[in-house]
Amino acid sequence: MKGPSPAIPFDRGGAARFMPWLVALMVFLAALSLAAVMTLQHALEGWDASLAGSLTVELPPVTIAPPPPANAGKIKVQQAGQNNNDLAAALALLRATPGINSAQPLGRDDVARLIAPFLGNALSPEDLELPRLIDVRIDSKSPPDLAVLQLKLIAIAPGAVIDDHLLWLDRLFLFARSVQLTALVILALIGIVAVLTVMFVTRTGLLVHREAIELLHLMGARDGYIAHQFEREALRLGLAGGAAGLLLAGLALLALGHAAEASAFLGDAVNLIPALHLKGWNWLALAALPLAAGLVAGLTARLTVLATLLRLP
Amino acid sequence: MSSLAAMVRFENVGMRYGRGPEVLRDISLSLEPGSFHFLTGPSGAGKTTLLRLIYMAQRPSRGLISLFGKDLSGLARRELTPLRRRIGIVFQDFRLIPHLSAFDNVALPLRVAGTPESKLRGNVRELLEWVGLADKLDARPPTLSGGEQQRIAIARAVVGRPSLLIADEPTGNVDDAMAVRLLHLFEQMNKLGTTLVIATHNAGLAAQSGRPVLHLENGELMRAPIPAARVAAS
Repeated sequence: MKGPSPAIPFDRGGAARFMPWLVALMVFLAALSLAAVMTLQHALEGWDASLAGSLTVELPPVTIAPPPPANAGKIKVQQAGQNNNDLAAALALLRATPGINSAQPLGRDDVARLIAPFLGNALSPEDLELPRLIDVRIDSKSPPDLAVLQLKLIAIAPGAVIDDHLLWLDRLFLFARSVQLTALVILALIGIVAVLTVMFVTRTGLLVHREAIELLHLMGARDGYIAHQFEREALRLGLAGGAAGLLLAGLALLALGHAAEASAFLGDAVNLIPALHLKGWNWLALAALPLAAGLVAGLTARLTVLATLLRLP
Repeated sequence: MSSLAAMVRFENVGMRYGRGPEVLRDISLSLEPGSFHFLTGPSGAGKTTLLRLIYMAQRPSRGLISLFGKDLSGLARRELTPLRRRIGIVFQDFRLIPHLSAFDNVALPLRVAGTPESKLRGNVRELLEWVGLADKLDARPPTLSGGEQQRIAIARAVVGRPSLLIADEPTGNVDDAMAVRLLHLFEQMNKLGTTLVIATHNAGLAAQSGRPVLHLENGELMRAPIPAARVAAS
C-alpha cells in the first residue's frame, strides 16, 4: 500500500532536479577512476609475480664475422665469446650457487621470438650479434648475493651482465603507482565535490521549502523527522543518478576494453592500453558506487538539515 | 500563586526584529488553563508577533515566557517539541501544504506525532465532516475556496486535541454563518478544557462571544474590561 505523501514538496524544488545528473556524472568519473586503480593494481601484481624471483644473465655474443680492426673493446668481447664454453661454465656456476633454483639458456628460437615484435621475422638471430641469455629463477626468500655472482660470472665470461629487472621494474612501478595515486586523488575529489553538491542542493531545498519546514517544526516534528524527509529524497536521487552514471561507465569501460584488445597488436608485453582485467570483487566495488553515492547523498542531506534546523528556536 | 500554574505567562516581554524598534513592549500577562481570550488591536499592533511568541516560533528579545508552567528559557531545544505538540495553531495565511490533500493536511500533526494510520483515519474524516468538507477529502488546497482552506486549517489545528489553541484571524475568510459555527466549535473545545487565544480585528465577534479581550495598541497590552456577563464564569 502506498504510504502518505511526504509533507515537503520536493518535486517543486529547483536545484534538486539537477542532482541526479550531477551524481550520474560524478559516479561515471568515479567508476572510471576506480577501474583505472584496480586495473593498474592487477597489472602491478602481474609484473611483480612474473619478474620477481627471476633474473637474466647476458653473456657477450659469439663472433659471427671478423671484427673491425679499429674496435678494440669489441674484439675483447668477441674473443671472450668465441665459443659456448663460457656458457656451459656460467650455467654450471649458476646451478651450483645456493639460492638459485634453476638456470636455463634461451635457445635461438626463444631469442627469435623475443625480437620478432621489434624486427619482424625477416632477420634471424644468426644474422645479428645478440647476447646469449640465461633465464635464472632464484629463491626470493634466500636470494644469492648478486654482486659476488657478477664477479664470478665476469671471471668466466668477461662482459657478462646480470639483469635483475629491478631498475626497469622500479621505474615501471613508480609510474604505475603515480597513476594510481592520481586516480585515487581524483576519486577523493569526486567524493568531496559530491558532498558539497548535496549540501548546496539541500540548503537550496531548505530555503525553497522553509515554510513547510517551519510548519512541521511548529507542529512538534522532531528535527530527525524533517531531516529524514530530506535524507530519503537525497538517497532516492543519489541512487537514481548513481545507477545512470554506472551504466554510462560500464559502456565506457567496455569500449576501453575493446580499445585495449585492438592495441594488443604487439602481444601482451607491449599493450598500449592495459587490458581491463577486473575480477569479481572489482565489479562489485564498481556496482557499489551508486549505493555509496546514495548513502553519501542521504547522510550529507541529513547532517545539513540537522545543522540548519538548530537555527530554529 | 495561581500564575505559577498558568498555561501562558509573559513577564515584561519585549520583542524587536534585528536592530529595529520594539514591536512589543513590556508585555505581562497570565492565561489560566481553560481560559478563552480574544486578542484584538489594529493592524501592525503586534498581534501576530505576540502569537508567534506564544507558539514558540520566536524567542523574545527580553523578558520571560512560561508555557504549561515551564519557563521556556530554561528548557533545552528538544524539550520544546513535546510542548509544541500540545499547541494547535490556525495561521492567518492558513499555511496548508498545497500538494497534500485536505485529508493529508489535517492528518499531518498526528503523523508528525507518530499516530498510527489506522487510528488517525477516523478522527480526520470526522473532523472534516464536521467543518463541512466531507466531500473534499482528496481535494488539494489550491482547488478550494478561501473559506474551505480556512476550515481545513482549523481542522488541522484541533485534530490533535491541543491543550492550547492559538488562532490568528480564524474567521477572516468565512461568511457570518460559518464564523458563528466556528466560534461554536471553539466554545466546545474550551468546554472540553482547551485554552484558547484568538486574534481578530473583528471587535464585534469578540463582543458577541462575551469573552475577555486582550487589546494591543502600538506594541503595548491593555486589558480591556471583561464583559460583565462573563465575570462570574472567568
